[in-house]
Amino acid sequence: MVKPTRVTNRIRTLRFEHGEMTQADLADRIGVTRQTVIAIEQGRYSPSLEMAFRIAHVFGVRLDDVFQYPEV
Amino acid sequence: MSKILYIEERAVTHEEKRAWIMFVVNAVAYGIYAAIILSRAGGGALTAVPYAGALLVTIILAIVTTIVLDIVSGMFNRRESRLKDVRDKEIGRLGDRVGQAFVIIGATAAMLMAMADWNRFWIANVIYLCFAISSVLGSLTKVLVYRGRFPQW
Repeated sequence: MVKPTRVTNRIRTLRFEHGEMTQADLADRIGVTRQTVIAIEQGRYSPSLEMAFRIAHVFGVRLDDVFQYPEV
Repeated sequence: MSKILYIEERAVTHEEKRAWIMFVVNAVAYGIYAAIILSRAGGGALTAVPYAGALLVTIILAIVTTIVLDIVSGMFNRRESRLKDVRDKEIGRLGDRVGQAFVIIGATAAMLMAMADWNRFWIANVIYLCFAISSVLGSLTKVLVYRGRFPQW
């Protein structure tokens, strides 16, 4: 059964708070394409745990400051 | 407008362009082959139609066209779009898995038809049809996932 991801994120906000970092800059720093950053931001793709940690490290915040999962 | 909100939606990765190329070229190539065979049959028996030349030529032309378009699209891609990341690999694997089923169906069908002594026209054509479906569905799956959401099971 295909279902949408319930993971949400604050990447766009964090980019804004970090000197209006562009999607291309973030993509370069975590080693993916800009299209993948766009897909993650829009909730169309859930990154691996490793990629999620890399994103959090770029912004210098904890993982759950970037990604949220609703309580069941 | 703030650069942070700037999303160039038209930009696609090289892998997505490759999926589009595979989808269009293979669909068109099989369509041309089917049209040639049906026009040659002219309502008569399909098994009497000379098919081998058209089959080989459309396969070879599809391969050559795919390679040429792949090279041309690569020449016009920006460096960042030529990267292949983990998402591209996951989408590639998903598309290949969808297409793979039809390769197995085609091979099994051809084996059973050979054992049952079917005309070689049907054996060759069921293999080509399943290859074409495999390629078209596999690349269509990739395109749909690139344009939409990555499925979660």
